[in-house]
Amino acid sequence: MRTAISLAYLVAAVLFIVGLKQLSSPKGARNGNFIAAAGMVIALVATLPLLNFTTAGVIIIAIGIVIGTAVGAVGARTVKMTAIPQMVALFNGVGGGAAALVAVAELLRLGQHPAFTEAFPSVFSIVIGSISFAGSMIAFAKLQELMTGTPITYPGQQVVNGILAAAILGFVIAVLAVASVPFSFIALMVLALVLGVAFVLPIGGADMPVVISLLNAFTGLAVAASGFTLNNFALIVAGTLVGASGSLLTKLMSDAMGRSLANVLFGAFGKSHAGAAAVAGQEGRSVRSGSAEDIGTLLAYSQRVIIVPGYGLAVAQAQHAARELAELLERRGVEVSYAIHPVAGRMPGHMNVLLAEANVPYEQLKEMDEINDEFKNADVALIVGANDVVNPSARNAPGSPIYGMPILNADQAKNIVFMKRSMRPGFAGIDNDLMYDPKTVMFFGDAKDSLTKLVSAVKAAA
Amino acid sequence: MSNELLNEVTFFVLSIFVGIEVISKVPTILHTPLMSGTNAIHGIILVGAIVIAAGASSPVTIILGLVAVTLATTNVVGGFVVTDRMLEMFKGRKAQKQTTPTK
Repeated sequence: MRTAISLAYLVAAVLFIVGLKQLSSPKGARNGNFIAAAGMVIALVATLPLLNFTTAGVIIIAIGIVIGTAVGAVGARTVKMTAIPQMVALFNGVGGGAAALVAVAELLRLGQHPAFTEAFPSVFSIVIGSISFAGSMIAFAKLQELMTGTPITYPGQQVVNGILAAAILGFVIAVLAVASVPFSFIALMVLALVLGVAFVLPIGGADMPVVISLLNAFTGLAVAASGFTLNNFALIVAGTLVGASGSLLTKLMSDAMGRSLANVLFGAFGKSHAGAAAVAGQEGRSVRSGSAEDIGTLLAYSQRVIIVPGYGLAVAQAQHAARELAELLERRGVEVSYAIHPVAGRMPGHMNVLLAEANVPYEQLKEMDEINDEFKNADVALIVGANDVVNPSARNAPGSPIYGMPILNADQAKNIVFMKRSMRPGFAGIDNDLMYDPKTVMFFGDAKDSLTKLVSAVKAAA
Repeated sequence: MSNELLNEVTFFVLSIFVGIEVISKVPTILHTPLMSGTNAIHGIILVGAIVIAAGASSPVTIILGLVAVTLATTNVVGGFVVTDRMLEMFKGRKAQKQTTPTK
């Protein structure tokens, strides 16, 4: 029986690896997800035969699976596409919480003086799992706008976090070297939860995807550690795979924003510092705002239009209106493409998902490197609810918090139409010089309403 | 070091390399679905949750087991379903080719 179970775990591990491989290519991605899910089912079923179930055990497993399935499936099915990033944060957090609880239960079972090789992974799992749980909940709250998305900082923050970390280390040593008593590991859990909150608070909402990815890797490691405690190969292999690929993915994501991971985590990004102060002096500059008719005519008589979608488009659910406008323009012979910044929206790939949902042809979606040279030949850059990703201060204001981030060259287009709800700065909280550019026409309003107005205006333009 | 632990460490180290290697060529547009997919995979902690819940008898272990199984199941089911929903959005593009006006 043991052999059969080990073989089943091996099959599951292979399916996870194949699934991950497929998930990283556009063609096989959806299949990859199914393959990984199949691996999960095999691992779960294989676990059952060797267990000695108590009646209470059977009941709580059944109840837990029913509730978890209902919450997971309904949550994942009903969530709006715009809210997907926070949903991922939530699912990640509960996984971390589960890993921490499994470790607590193991420590309780092992008694006061467990072997180091079992106690160490358990406390590791408690600490990392709890940080991941609490951090993910804060990430969720920030993205869901239950709390402010701007970084929360206070004097002595680093000191407080340092003390928390030191206290955690103290309790880890207490559990390992002195005695493994409930008080110690409950305290460990509470401290790690507080550290998880304290760790994510000073990070701005725009950086949440990177944070979620990092916490995702954390959960993977916590799961792997639980695997060491339970001597379970499926947990070790799957958890480590996620820990390793998640770490790399985190790095790739921060690279896409042109920043180092350390800068994302500890830079208190978007907090007004020197760069923002310099820009503040320029408040009160005038902007030009246009009517739907003016802009409609401009678009209708253009040769090439590049649409730059951003989070504003996502919030307003304006992807269908954008496609309608694009199709209308194409019928008039205007060449339309979409410029997708790697971090447009709130997650890499977010815009592609939304536009694909609206049936925008894949060929029209151009990645940044591909389209940046085409802006200078474009008659109009139509910016729909994007801001930071076209902010020239990333290029020319060394003091700016986004300095160094690669941006779309929307400013090189012959005309710029900037569609925005208001003059409010973007998610990173910094002013955008592009709005004051003489080539720029502002068009205020909800992205969907505005696009609909433009559709009528283009139709009216003979 | 016991034999079992040695085996576990071997698996651990090899999995690190596989995990890094297997996704090293992912395009930017798949970052989000990939993160979500790996997120679902660490739901394997459900196996651990079931192991500790199975033998539950005292009130403390019953509560721990129940909460752990619930959270882990939410992770697995929610993770795979939400990933599938994201990837579902990508599929329309082939069918779209014929219906888009080309010029």
